[in-house]
Amino acid sequence: MTWDVVVRGLGEIGRLLGIVAAVVVVLEIAAYIVLHKLLKCKYSLPLMLLLPALVGVMALIVYPFGFNIYLAFSNMNMFRFKDFSVGLSYGISNFLDVFRSPVLQKVTFFQLLGRTILWTVVNVVCHVLGGLGLALLLNRPMRGKGVYRTLLVVPWALPQVISALAWRGEFHYQYGFVNLLLERLGVQPVPWLSDPKWAFVAVVLVNVWLGIPFMMVVLLGGLQSISQDYYDAAQIDGASGWQQFRSITMPLLKPVLTPAVILGVVWTFNNFNVIYLVTKGGPMEGTDLLVTSMFKAVFEFYRYGFGAAYAMVIFVFLFIFSAVYLRLSGGFKGAWES
Amino acid sequence: MARRSFFRRARGDSPAKRIAIHAVLILASIISIYPFLRVISISLRPSNQLLSTSLAIIPPGASLENYRALIFERDFTIWVWNSLIVSAASVLVGLMLAATAAYAFSRWQFPGRRQGLLFLLTTQMIPAGMLLLPICIMVVRLKLFNTYTGMAIAYSVGSVPFSIWILKGYYDTIPRELEEAALVDGASPLGAFWRVVIPLSTPALAIAGLFSFMTAWNDYMMARVMLQKPDMFTWPVGFQKLMDQFQTAWGQFAAASVLVAIPALALFLYSSKWLVSGMTLGGVKG
Repeated sequence: MTWDVVVRGLGEIGRLLGIVAAVVVVLEIAAYIVLHKLLKCKYSLPLMLLLPALVGVMALIVYPFGFNIYLAFSNMNMFRFKDFSVGLSYGISNFLDVFRSPVLQKVTFFQLLGRTILWTVVNVVCHVLGGLGLALLLNRPMRGKGVYRTLLVVPWALPQVISALAWRGEFHYQYGFVNLLLERLGVQPVPWLSDPKWAFVAVVLVNVWLGIPFMMVVLLGGLQSISQDYYDAAQIDGASGWQQFRSITMPLLKPVLTPAVILGVVWTFNNFNVIYLVTKGGPMEGTDLLVTSMFKAVFEFYRYGFGAAYAMVIFVFLFIFSAVYLRLSGGFKGAWES
Repeated sequence: MARRSFFRRARGDSPAKRIAIHAVLILASIISIYPFLRVISISLRPSNQLLSTSLAIIPPGASLENYRALIFERDFTIWVWNSLIVSAASVLVGLMLAATAAYAFSRWQFPGRRQGLLFLLTTQMIPAGMLLLPICIMVVRLKLFNTYTGMAIAYSVGSVPFSIWILKGYYDTIPRELEEAALVDGASPLGAFWRVVIPLSTPALAIAGLFSFMTAWNDYMMARVMLQKPDMFTWPVGFQKLMDQFQTAWGQFAAASVLVAIPALALFLYSSKWLVSGMTLGGVKG
């Protein structure tokens, strides 16, 4: 590595940090003068504290989000990148296109939605059951607990790009360890990456492997916070193990489980790395999910306006799901009623 | 002695049950680490054995040739440096924005507070890639395409909502009396925040920082779209390019993975306890 790369990088980043700090100071002074001195606002201090983040979030989340809606009403594509036009009719046709024709070349929106829901349900159920099972096993005094926990966390701790690419190699028909192991067990090798059905099984296996440790660690933390007294009392009343699990462990685990499941669902639904790096959505779009086909529509098929409309549709689905789930479970209630 | 339940921490398990539990845990541990052991094994293979059907962990004729080729013949160190500098910058920018905002959410009741927190939660539901095209267009217009600055800006704000939630949850646990005492001693409200709350919340700042660091460090999607010049690649993009030449670079990809994964693994295992408590702080409370 040459020194000028190092120097150039440090210089560029130093300048960026300086500019950001200067902008924050200027914003705060302006806010102080306007809110405190001129308006004598009751909330001037908290608003000043919020201002830098507010500006950042506006510039890099709200504005792009709005811009995305604007693009959804445009006819921007590969041939019209600079001189695109915007109009209601483009928007309507973009949103209709999402539902009426294949998203990329073959698979339609509803097939993708169904597959994404299947993917999410299978993954989250396996994550929760696997994580809960391992957490229950680890939540007892025993030898080597720390070693087991460390080893079991490895899939979560490995950078996802590395695991995904390594799994892609290991699903190789001839040289990957999955088929080599199957052969030693006397099973026919499976065409993991060339058959759409098996490819889907493969990505599910990879993602289940990746996701169990997170649930395990979260649930283990939850289990450890449950007081032993409840179990002692239940024992005196003669409750069976299953009864104790149902009426003590599960209800007391719920405050940990609910946010973990919400996060798990949103992350799994929006999963990009595993699908894109293991199968690229192939073969024959057989493993594409909503998010990967959106990415491909935009960055490989250059259908910018359509992609923006498609992104909006996906967002609305997730938003409705989360809103309903939050209402039903009262998930994050404690967080703002302090 | 009372019958011991499976679900409580019990010492009185029968030997058979204990063996069964250990057997399950050993099997699960093997499943969880085997793929990485394979990566290590492939990284040690000499080039004439890259495509082999052997399952041995230490390959015959093991050599460090792949590591040598990776470091001296590829841009590996540049990729890692690029990732490092972009991630570090995005952490610093993100924390500058999040630390004070979280404090406002934790200590004051103001109109829009609840909506603000809900809004931050909603941003987590934006599908991956939805903001990518608009951000790309912005970055191109600001002439920051293919620069560290452009990448750092794009990453920094993505993790701000999450950082605010973590930090707010932690500030909530710091008693207000500490700042009130500082105010009585003549400190300004900002002085109290800076001298009392910030030093006390270093663990939470570290967690939030680590999270945003890992988000930027492990990102593939944004880097793949925004970095076109090979000497600007971050490691995920570089690795993917190595992997595309399956036959020739499989061993170098494995070596690169080992070099990047081992520090990441060590850091993560060291901090995983706090990571989880930080992550569940916002949701579990109350």
